[in-house]
Amino acid sequence: MTDNDTEVGPDTDVEIPDLAPRRAATAAPASDVPLLEIKDLKVHIPIRVRMRRALVRAVDGVSFSVHRGRTLGLVGESGCGKTTTARAAMRLVESTDGQILLNGRDITHLKGEQLRSLRKHFQIVFQDPYSALNPRLTVGQIVAEPMQAQGMKPDAIRARTDELLDLVGLQPRHRTAFPHQFSGGQRQRIGTARALATKPDVIILDEPVSALDVSVQAQVVNLFSDLQDELQMGIIFISHDLSVVRHMSDDVAVMYLGLIVEQGEAMTVLTEPLHPYTQALISAAPGRPVDRERIVLTGDVPSPVNPPTGCRFRSRCWRATEICETPPPLAVPEGYSHPVACWHPGPE
Amino acid sequence: MSLLEIKDLSVEFDTVDGAVHAVRGLSYELDAGKALGIVGESGSGKTVSVLTVMGLLAENARVTSGSVTFDGIDLLKATRSQMRAIRGQRISMVFQDPMTALDPVARISKQIGETIEYHDRSATRSQIRKRVIDTLESVGVPDAANRADQYPHQWSGGMRQRAVIAMALINSPDLIVADEPTTALDATVQAQVLEVFRTIRQEHGCSIILISHDLGVVREIADDVLVMYAGAAAEHCPTPEIFGDPRHPYTRALLRARPGWGPRNERLFTIPGRPPDLLKVPPGCPFVARCAESEGLEACRTVVPPLLEIQPGHLAACHRSDELVHIEEEVAS
Amino acid sequence: MTDILSASPTPDAVVADDQSAMTHSPTSLAMRRFWGNLGARFSVFLLAIVILVCLIGPFLLPYGPDEQNLLKSRAAPSAAHWFGTDLLGRDMFARLLAGGRVSLAVGFATAFSALVVGTAIGIAAGRLGGVVDTVLMRITDIFMAIPSILVVIVAGGILGPSIPLLVGLIASFSWPTSARIARSVVLSVRELDYVRAAEAAGTRPATIMLRHLLPSVIPQVTVACALLVASAILQEAALSYLGLGVVPPQASWGNLLQTAQSYTVISSMPWLWVTPGAAIVLTSLSVIFIGDGLRDALDPKATR
Repeated sequence: MTDNDTEVGPDTDVEIPDLAPRRAATAAPASDVPLLEIKDLKVHIPIRVRMRRALVRAVDGVSFSVHRGRTLGLVGESGCGKTTTARAAMRLVESTDGQILLNGRDITHLKGEQLRSLRKHFQIVFQDPYSALNPRLTVGQIVAEPMQAQGMKPDAIRARTDELLDLVGLQPRHRTAFPHQFSGGQRQRIGTARALATKPDVIILDEPVSALDVSVQAQVVNLFSDLQDELQMGIIFISHDLSVVRHMSDDVAVMYLGLIVEQGEAMTVLTEPLHPYTQALISAAPGRPVDRERIVLTGDVPSPVNPPTGCRFRSRCWRATEICETPPPLAVPEGYSHPVACWHPGPE
Repeated sequence: MSLLEIKDLSVEFDTVDGAVHAVRGLSYELDAGKALGIVGESGSGKTVSVLTVMGLLAENARVTSGSVTFDGIDLLKATRSQMRAIRGQRISMVFQDPMTALDPVARISKQIGETIEYHDRSATRSQIRKRVIDTLESVGVPDAANRADQYPHQWSGGMRQRAVIAMALINSPDLIVADEPTTALDATVQAQVLEVFRTIRQEHGCSIILISHDLGVVREIADDVLVMYAGAAAEHCPTPEIFGDPRHPYTRALLRARPGWGPRNERLFTIPGRPPDLLKVPPGCPFVARCAESEGLEACRTVVPPLLEIQPGHLAACHRSDELVHIEEEVAS
Repeated sequence: MTDILSASPTPDAVVADDQSAMTHSPTSLAMRRFWGNLGARFSVFLLAIVILVCLIGPFLLPYGPDEQNLLKSRAAPSAAHWFGTDLLGRDMFARLLAGGRVSLAVGFATAFSALVVGTAIGIAAGRLGGVVDTVLMRITDIFMAIPSILVVIVAGGILGPSIPLLVGLIASFSWPTSARIARSVVLSVRELDYVRAAEAAGTRPATIMLRHLLPSVIPQVTVACALLVASAILQEAALSYLGLGVVPPQASWGNLLQTAQSYTVISSMPWLWVTPGAAIVLTSLSVIFIGDGLRDALDPKATR
């Protein structure tokens, strides 16, 4: 890989270097029953816009599944609905329609004690390390909370806390310290320890490194890779940063305005993107090693209250034609191997 | 003569725990019409150094040494009213968060117009309006004539940042300082705003200082790159050389830590440890505790490496920068 | 150099490694900041002295507050009577201390009830939201809009003056401030990620309330209540001065000032009104300084 700073030759494909062979070899093949599966999930939030009631279609029919030992990258820009999707999948936000299946069991409408007892199976690490930890509690108390909620005994909690701190690279003495004594990267480790406390099957990482400096990002990303290798949980990795997603994910789903526009194996989607939006995203990622004519989209992201009819991307798409006034189905186009929601899929 | 010259600048902050040495002996120059990218992580001093140039330091900040010269004017000795005349007229600033840079209860046209009014009392309202709309158009705001009278909340994030850039541009300043202007924006919008900066470079001929923690962003716009670490300059050279021939271990570590940048690997390259505590800066090179290349060299621990020109136009502050040449081939491939 | 690649991520050192002697909990940090505020610290001592003297003093004095001695009426301060005597020959100092007990009791009792009631209502409104929130807030608004003095006067007139009634009445119009504060804290904390995390962990709602919401509400409400104490003391003083609060022979700082309604008293017998007036002012000011000190100590922007 050389840096071709001076060459501005014409190219037809967005060139992304191969993902490490290790991910394909050691990542578990998709097993039969997914740990977490969502089907046609919708989250519509009623709001008031200038005295009239309107509906924000934050998530408008999203389906994906997460398997043991595999990471699903959920990519998109702000407002695309990826965080809402994840929170709805975790039953932190009420969904309007669709199904959520945990290990094959429908948990979409569970409430109260039943729901609470299932929470140990899926956990979340939040983006902002500064608001994700209660400043008045010690690290030990923070990490213990999920275990207490599940009824573990204090001795067991104490032992497991030490185990968890060690797992994320912290020391047992940090148990009595308070969040403000730690840096951003360390706080994310604490948040990760908390998420792992109940040995969940699925972990959602919601932009876990966006708030961190580059060198610290690398440490935390490595931590997640290691943990997944060791514990084989399913991970949903949400990010707007394609390079990190590319590094961590086995599968990828690209979201735009509440819908998935392209999804499939990470290697395939990111080396042969078929949807124009995916291509624009990849081209817009600063720091990509190859210099080329960057795709600059026109216009702004439309409001999720009033998405364009038909294909939602057509207001900014250079391939848009008349047929795009009808919403395209998410389907595998002829000659390719992963689903795309586009009437004109294909390389750039 | 360069447009902006910073020599041996040191800035300290008085805090409850003592003096924090935010900037330590920083020197760099910027010529007219050129773009400089300043790269560094939090705590590197990059923002403090430009705030010093703008005269916008906090109350508890003290400049303990050095000079800042802009077009022959000593900015550190300038009076408050002199600085006010310079800000917005000859040097303007674009901040990171367009939401907080704009007044939510004033129309965009009014806010941008104020910048003109403040510096040119004789301008008439129609003149001001024309300039506002022309500038908005030049930064790529569609339908500027109608949209200019809207309020900030009616504009999207990328558009707001363009409004802020228009505000910075409108008096044709000699220098625009942009502090992480695209960090708060989505990737595709970032691309758009970087386009705007590129246009400014080509069409307006003003100098630009672009601060970012992201080398990739800086690469798009800057002629030269200055990498800062722990309040001092680590490396300063033309942009292609930063990526092709980095001579400071910190720069090279930064390049490697970025996923997808270097060769594909099982684990991301990390820089172990943390930046030094600026309350008690240890002797020697500030990067020594984390540096992979300092094995066996006593000088790294005791002597602060001076910023030396190791090649024409390429400065680095490292005792071993000569020896790094042959190792660097691994990084680039 | 390849060693770096295979090494496990080195955790960065905790900043406060060498400060393990002091606890770092936000509460103790706030306490330290409060104590560093000299005005607040002084006020704490002053208030403590006032309270102590009012509580213990009466046991140490030779005179009771109600002992009349018409032979010595209107006597100026002397060795026997440090603050002089009033119109009926009662020792002013004793009456001052007795009055202090009443005024302070009214002040603290009012603030405490307002705190409890207001916090409960505010938390309920913030946590439950929707219709409950709207109803509770409108009730709060109504109570805030009613001119409390008038109601207290009328109620006092109808039901007869009594101290518990006084406390109840003043408290009924003081709780809205704490309610609003409690509600706004709950609303802002509720959205924070760590509360989400607690939900995600399966923590019961009641536990979330106690562990995550209440500890954020209490400091803010306490600040408001410190100021409430001062306000209650002043309200009681005003009402008693007008004859509508505490009625003689029971002393209170407010009704001790009643004598100052006559010109002769004001001009020629300053010991009758200066000391109760000074007591009210000093106590209120101390409480207010303490409240300010608490607010500054709890300022979220302070990090050390």
